[in-house]
Amino acid sequence: MPQQTTPQSPVKTKIWNDPKARSIFFQGVAIAAVFAFFYFILNNALTNMENRGITTGFAFLNNQAGFGIIQSLIEYDETYTYGRTFFVGLFNTVLVAVLGIFLATLLGFIVGIARLSKNWLVARLASAFVELFRNIPLLLQIFFWYFAVLRALPGPRDSLNFADAFFLNVRGLYLPSPQIEAGFGAVWLALLVAVGIILALSIYQRRLQRDTGKTFPLLLPSIALLLLLPLLVFVLAGSPLNWDLPELRGFNFQGGLTVIPELMALLVALTFYTASFIAEVVRSGIEAIPKGQTEAANALGLSNGQRLRLIIVPQAMRVIIPPLTNQYLNLTKNSSLATAIGYPDLVSVFAGTTLNQTGQAVEIIFMTMAVYLTLSIATSAVMNWFNKRYALVER
Amino acid sequence: MPKFTPLPDLPAPPNTVGIRGWLRSNLFNSPLNSIVTIVAAYIVVQGLWWFIDWGVINANLIGETRADCPVDANGEKSGACWVFVYTRLEQFIYGFYPPDQIWRINIVFIIFALCIGALVFEKTPWKNWIAGFTLLVFPFIAFYLLNGDAFGLTKVDTHKWGGFTLTLVLAVTGIVASLPIGILLALGRRSEMPIIRSICIVYIEFWRGVPLITVLFMASVMLPLFMSAGVETDKLVRALIGIIMFQSAYMAEVVRGGLQAIPKGQYEAAQALGLSYWKTMTFIILPQALKLMIPGIVNTFISLFKDTSLVLIIGLFDLLAIVQSAIVDPEWPQVSVEGYLFVALMFWVFCFGMSRYSQSLERKLSTGHH
Repeated sequence: MPQQTTPQSPVKTKIWNDPKARSIFFQGVAIAAVFAFFYFILNNALTNMENRGITTGFAFLNNQAGFGIIQSLIEYDETYTYGRTFFVGLFNTVLVAVLGIFLATLLGFIVGIARLSKNWLVARLASAFVELFRNIPLLLQIFFWYFAVLRALPGPRDSLNFADAFFLNVRGLYLPSPQIEAGFGAVWLALLVAVGIILALSIYQRRLQRDTGKTFPLLLPSIALLLLLPLLVFVLAGSPLNWDLPELRGFNFQGGLTVIPELMALLVALTFYTASFIAEVVRSGIEAIPKGQTEAANALGLSNGQRLRLIIVPQAMRVIIPPLTNQYLNLTKNSSLATAIGYPDLVSVFAGTTLNQTGQAVEIIFMTMAVYLTLSIATSAVMNWFNKRYALVER
Repeated sequence: MPKFTPLPDLPAPPNTVGIRGWLRSNLFNSPLNSIVTIVAAYIVVQGLWWFIDWGVINANLIGETRADCPVDANGEKSGACWVFVYTRLEQFIYGFYPPDQIWRINIVFIIFALCIGALVFEKTPWKNWIAGFTLLVFPFIAFYLLNGDAFGLTKVDTHKWGGFTLTLVLAVTGIVASLPIGILLALGRRSEMPIIRSICIVYIEFWRGVPLITVLFMASVMLPLFMSAGVETDKLVRALIGIIMFQSAYMAEVVRGGLQAIPKGQYEAAQALGLSYWKTMTFIILPQALKLMIPGIVNTFISLFKDTSLVLIIGLFDLLAIVQSAIVDPEWPQVSVEGYLFVALMFWVFCFGMSRYSQSLERKLSTGHH
């Protein structure tokens, strides 16, 4: 007869050995510590500010700023408020970030592809570029371009002159600026129509290939359409565009567009520095594609262009895009080094001049950090979505 | 019966072997490539020639003052003025440290170099002990030697620290102090307790989301506000606090990468043996993960090393800042390029060496692990 075992009552664990109780206890301690820390620093900050006679709050944003800014994309002079200086700085940061991202992507892709070139010399030059620029601090590069290169340029009277339209001197780069006249809208319309036709053609091409396997060239006709149609309309409308050329009057140039040397130095340094990282991203992305993919494409009889467009690039982009976005974010954050040479970006204008004048350190640093934080959280949210959407689905 | 003897192999076509073959297949394999090669070679030769002409042939190396770099009628120098770097070298390396105390910095450099050398060399015995010494004991030796005020050494105020010494102090302290914080943050981020996990995620994402320069601004203008009234902090300490908080968030991500690379079976085996969480981590997971993390740690060290130059903006005199202030000295006009090249060379040698080391380590680890 099998022995009947009496069910034992579960062993009562001591409360300090119970994982659940422990976890609640530790988390309670953690919350208490965080709150105590913030209470401590806030309390100190409030007392200290009171002792120094600094009023807290954001009311200072409505006071008159009273200082000039050398470059502003929005209307600004000394009579505007501190709040306005925030936006002036923000737009200047956005300007240098957008231009930098565009140029760094261009240069980075060229160098990255050049590193994989079959031409030994070109590949070596590209890797020398990468190793040189990514191993030198960005701030040093900015200083080099600003103090050693741009400051050594001649004065306005001996400007470097390109075709009497572009002038480069110690005060900056002077470009012709386009003056749009009545009737230019038709050119925009023509451009829009051209884009529409190209889109329709590419959809038709894809359908045709899917249904019949036939295809036709699209790239060259598209480029021709994109250039010729707006040009035709432009000529028909009587060339409604004038160029305002910069001209030497007295001691300085008048008219045209001016790129201040601070912006140039920052842009060149950011472009070279970030391009060297992007080149590595591009190279590793392309190298990540197994050779079998190329061989399979060749076996299917795809042309070189088709292989790149349909097989290599789509797969490489999946590897490239996440670290690429990371580099864009780094570039934007690095643009804050502008403050070292006095380019009026967000940190330089708002967390620099405005902070020094008002003494509202807590509010201003908070607002500045919030801008960068919003940007990077938004970017990583988009990246997470992208990674989920395009992650390799293994079957 | 005649024995069959094959004819001797014909030599390979001359244009596919040797230098000629190499040139043909790597530089001149198509008309377009040939043109590209010639243009690129021309640019390289021109650039190199210009640089050698400026930096070596026409350069001035020996002398004491700016007058030893003669200028022509237009006020242009004939070539590089290395006299500038040469005469200021001591200041660039040691900052404003009292000259009779410089031996203390040299001792720190020597111990540091010995430690790093022993750790990099593959066959060193007692590697773990040396690593422990470098991370736990050396920082204190270095601090007492540099700061003084103990063991009969005179005190040297931190505002006299500068130059390359300060750059190294910032970078090494930043990395050594952020490693333990980073490990805790990474463990917290992988913890099963939701509140601890959220606190760690918020901390990491916050510091990773803002530029270092705003962190340094914050450390220099906001930190004094956060301290109790009357507590004075040193400028260098404030900068270090900012750098450590910033760096520990990046370090946490490196550690997390290392932890994720450890197979789940290791955790399960440790649990099956009845090890507690902390025992699992210290004896099973972290020793394996730390080895995998070394390349990542070296990479963050490289970026921190470059980023230390930012302390210039809050008024500390690291290598770049000290050279920058020497360049604007009116007694030494037109020497900015020489000064910047010197700084660039210093940074480049260190960063390039470290990145090569981390690459070779990565290759070694990737074959040994799988």
